[in-house]
Amino acid sequence: MHSRLNLPFAAVAATVIAFASTTSALAQKKYDTGATDSEIRIGNIMPYSGPASAYGVIGKTEAAYFNKINAEGGINGRKIKFISYDDGYSPPKAVEQARKLVESDEVLLIFNPLGTPSNSAIQKYMNAKKVPQLFVATGATKWNEPKEFPWTMGWQPSYQSEARIYAKYLLKEKPDAKISVLYQNDDFGKDYLKGLKDALGARASMVIAEESYETSEPTIDNHVVKLKASGADVFLSITTPKFAAQAIKKLAEIEWKPLHIVSNVSASVGSVIKPAGFENAQGILSAAYAKDGADAQWDDDAGMKKFLTFLQKYDPDGNKLDGSVVYGYGVAQTMVKVLEMCGDNLTRDNVMKQAASLKDFVPDTLLPGVKINTSPTDFAPIEQLQMMRFKGEKWELFGDIISGELSN
Amino acid sequence: MELFTNQVLAGIATGAIYACMALALVMIYQAIDHLNFAQGEMAMFSTFVSWQLMQWGVPYWGAFLLTLALSFAGGIVIERLLFKPLAKAPILTNVAGFIALFAIINSVAGLIWDFTIKQYPTPFGSSPFLGSQLISTHQAGMIGVTLLLLIALYVFFRFTRMGLAMRAAASVPESARLVGINTSWMIALGWGMAAAIGSIAGMLIAPVVFLEPNMMGGVLIYGFAAAVLGGLTSPFGAVVGGFLVGIFENLAGTYIPGVGNELKLPIALALIVTVLVVKPAGLFGRPIVKRV
Amino acid sequence: MSAVQEAVTDAPAVEAVPKRALTLGTGTSLTVLAALILAPLFVKNFIIFQMTMLLVYGLAVLALNILTGGSGQFSLGQSAFYAVGAYTSAILMEHAGMNYALTLPIAGLICFIFGFLFGQPALRLSGVYLALATFALATAMPQLLKLGYIEHWTGGVQGLVVTKPDAPFGLPMSQDMWLYYFTLVITIAIYVFSVNLLKSRSGRAFMAIRDNEIAASAMGVDVALYKTLAFGVSAGITGVAGGLGAIAVQFVAPDGYTITLAIQLFVGMVVGGVGWLPGSIVGSAFIIFVPNIAEGISKGLSGAVFGVILFLVIFLVPHGARQVALVARHLLGKLKKS
Repeated sequence: MHSRLNLPFAAVAATVIAFASTTSALAQKKYDTGATDSEIRIGNIMPYSGPASAYGVIGKTEAAYFNKINAEGGINGRKIKFISYDDGYSPPKAVEQARKLVESDEVLLIFNPLGTPSNSAIQKYMNAKKVPQLFVATGATKWNEPKEFPWTMGWQPSYQSEARIYAKYLLKEKPDAKISVLYQNDDFGKDYLKGLKDALGARASMVIAEESYETSEPTIDNHVVKLKASGADVFLSITTPKFAAQAIKKLAEIEWKPLHIVSNVSASVGSVIKPAGFENAQGILSAAYAKDGADAQWDDDAGMKKFLTFLQKYDPDGNKLDGSVVYGYGVAQTMVKVLEMCGDNLTRDNVMKQAASLKDFVPDTLLPGVKINTSPTDFAPIEQLQMMRFKGEKWELFGDIISGELSN
Repeated sequence: MELFTNQVLAGIATGAIYACMALALVMIYQAIDHLNFAQGEMAMFSTFVSWQLMQWGVPYWGAFLLTLALSFAGGIVIERLLFKPLAKAPILTNVAGFIALFAIINSVAGLIWDFTIKQYPTPFGSSPFLGSQLISTHQAGMIGVTLLLLIALYVFFRFTRMGLAMRAAASVPESARLVGINTSWMIALGWGMAAAIGSIAGMLIAPVVFLEPNMMGGVLIYGFAAAVLGGLTSPFGAVVGGFLVGIFENLAGTYIPGVGNELKLPIALALIVTVLVVKPAGLFGRPIVKRV
Repeated sequence: MSAVQEAVTDAPAVEAVPKRALTLGTGTSLTVLAALILAPLFVKNFIIFQMTMLLVYGLAVLALNILTGGSGQFSLGQSAFYAVGAYTSAILMEHAGMNYALTLPIAGLICFIFGFLFGQPALRLSGVYLALATFALATAMPQLLKLGYIEHWTGGVQGLVVTKPDAPFGLPMSQDMWLYYFTLVITIAIYVFSVNLLKSRSGRAFMAIRDNEIAASAMGVDVALYKTLAFGVSAGITGVAGGLGAIAVQFVAPDGYTITLAIQLFVGMVVGGVGWLPGSIVGSAFIIFVPNIAEGISKGLSGAVFGVILFLVIFLVPHGARQVALVARHLLGKLKKS
């Protein structure tokens, strides 16, 4: 009797011991190139010079954020080494820098490289080398293809999903609108326009006038004049900050008051609306997924307070009014979360796995209600936006948080 | 017809920007026989200086005049320090120097004032001009100032001794030296004046395009084209060239089907090159005389 | 305003490089060659990739040297020919499935024709006016590449991804190494061709035109033919460089071929020594590595650091690397004597 009782007990004990030893084997550290007991090397490519140098501040903000994390003890005891190179917004240079990061600096992953051309250039290489190209800094729709490119993931809402939201809004609120579009003649502008037209579907003929412009043009004033002449009553401004501001100003000058929608990229109060003139921007619509540093309504928000403390302590030159700074903070925070989730398993495989398992993660700077969700078939972390209307000196959010996904 | 008039008027408005820049370029060409690539960046830097002065409380016209003086001095300093040593070097080396200057000024401006756009005030207001919604009072003011500058330059070159000395030093340096003209200082003076004119151009352009370190890049290309179209030896040509480029571009964008809008700049440039083939010295430039 | 006068006796805009100094001495040439052949065996793939780009840009600067240094025609538009070559290779490889090696002569030929045709209207222009025309070409090229009509082939703003070739016959070397040696062979061939071109009758015609166009035409040189030929040859070589560049980078997009590239090639030519063919590789090294060095010194001021370094170079050696080589040769000569 004694022995028969002992046998199952022994079996259970043996199983438990066996199980415990396998889990501790699982809990052993696993590293790929770029991660050690004390350090995680993260690569980054930004345009610090050249036509897109305005976005270089994102890299600076991220560097400051990682400094903060290091000062607070690092991630699971490991310090982050953030290596960021300039590609001048030139694809061949981006390829060179990516290869340098992977082959010479031996980073674990490349985080938040900026620009669709640069990212398109390195995508094949990164996937061939099986190095994560994580949270790319562009809204192009093509970063959400986990089957074809399992090592590439976006972060911000794609341009097409934002355009879809505007299309839905117009179809509902102004179904007989005559839409005019001013768009930048590059992947950003064209992707957006496609999203808009696709979402309007059978009613794509609502778009009665389109004007494209090049970033080399000093001013887009004459395009605006032409669009006014088309007789449209909706003006969709798919523009980067400088040109968005010019458009707002010109519209006021020629006393044209259509329903003015501006892309989220240029919705920053400090970088666009204020220079263009508050009085000219009344009633403009846009959509947002993050809080605006210039907006006093977030002064008491816990998340924004953390952001502002961070700026004070680690990035005193950082301008809270600059949407790019807010962006850099949010995406860096997401990166840190993923690395924390990796624990001691810092293989590239696991990094992608953890990045694809974010559930309702909310960085400090996202709008209340907007959450980051990923899965092995969903490589688009942020898909929700909320529409907002400019009133007085700030944006007023209205409506629900809308998802930009096709199914909605 | 109305669309045509509108586009022409809008073209004149943008053309004023190009004309301003072209004047500065012609000025420097008169002095040193080359085009200075960094002229746009110098103008941008001057505009930032004036903006900074205004941020510190200096009223608009005070800042304007102070910047004018600082730019003039700055132009002379740059020439004496950086380009006088290159006077004996080949022309192409000098051009590389212009490129280096461009890189330095752009980078420093970005560091000091960062890349977010800044609003820049205008003394002319922004309401519609004479009721027309296509030209604002600022743009009309811009055209007016450009024309004033043009007249001032014309008078300077044609009727003053200094102007005559500068022209002599640029076109026949040896002979000029023989009659006692200090050609080296004439070049410095040319740089100073070009910098000053450039700063005016910048301060006029900034209210329209918004102030940021990369604001002059596109303007420089158009100014270059306008100056060459008008003839590099003629300030009048530069101004006319500026307006013509603005109008050409708009009409091309409006009337050439399909590609007109996407290829505005290339079409304008192609037109200019065609003009040059017919009139190699530009519309109003003096013909190049080759003496055997 | 007085008329602008040019006299036959005026100094030419582009200065001449003495014939015997056109190339490096045999000893130096062989050493450089040996270094280029052996280096990849000892370094990582990434460095090999950088060396391939060194050769590619070196070819482009060489082409500019022939055009400006050889025939005296300013060009700020080489990026346009480079782009056409790159896209030709990319389109033939990706849409027509052509072997990469075959695309290069085609790219070269197309660019030769393109350059030759461009040279025609350029005949009437010189100096700063020609600079503007070529500048116009370079500025127009990215916008032409983005055109909706040809988007189906060019990929529009998104560009085209290019497949990198493997080493043939199963040779035991990485893709990078194979591509490097392939590029090296082509570079040497073009270099030898260019040196011979400049030493030949055509080369002498180029230089006569550069030094004094009026005198040259008075002596019976067919100025029109040789000027357009110079443009054609230069464009053709740049086109081949573009094709090689496209294969090495594995990607073509309009943003990679802007006026910035043309300006960089120009700077490379000046730093290497205008008209001095061996200097092309020095110029190429300058435009690839100095921006990296500048970035290492100061991220925020990388442009300024680059500008300062460029100024230092042109102050110390206004005639570029050729001047350095001359000085070195003098010193060596003195050492030998003593």
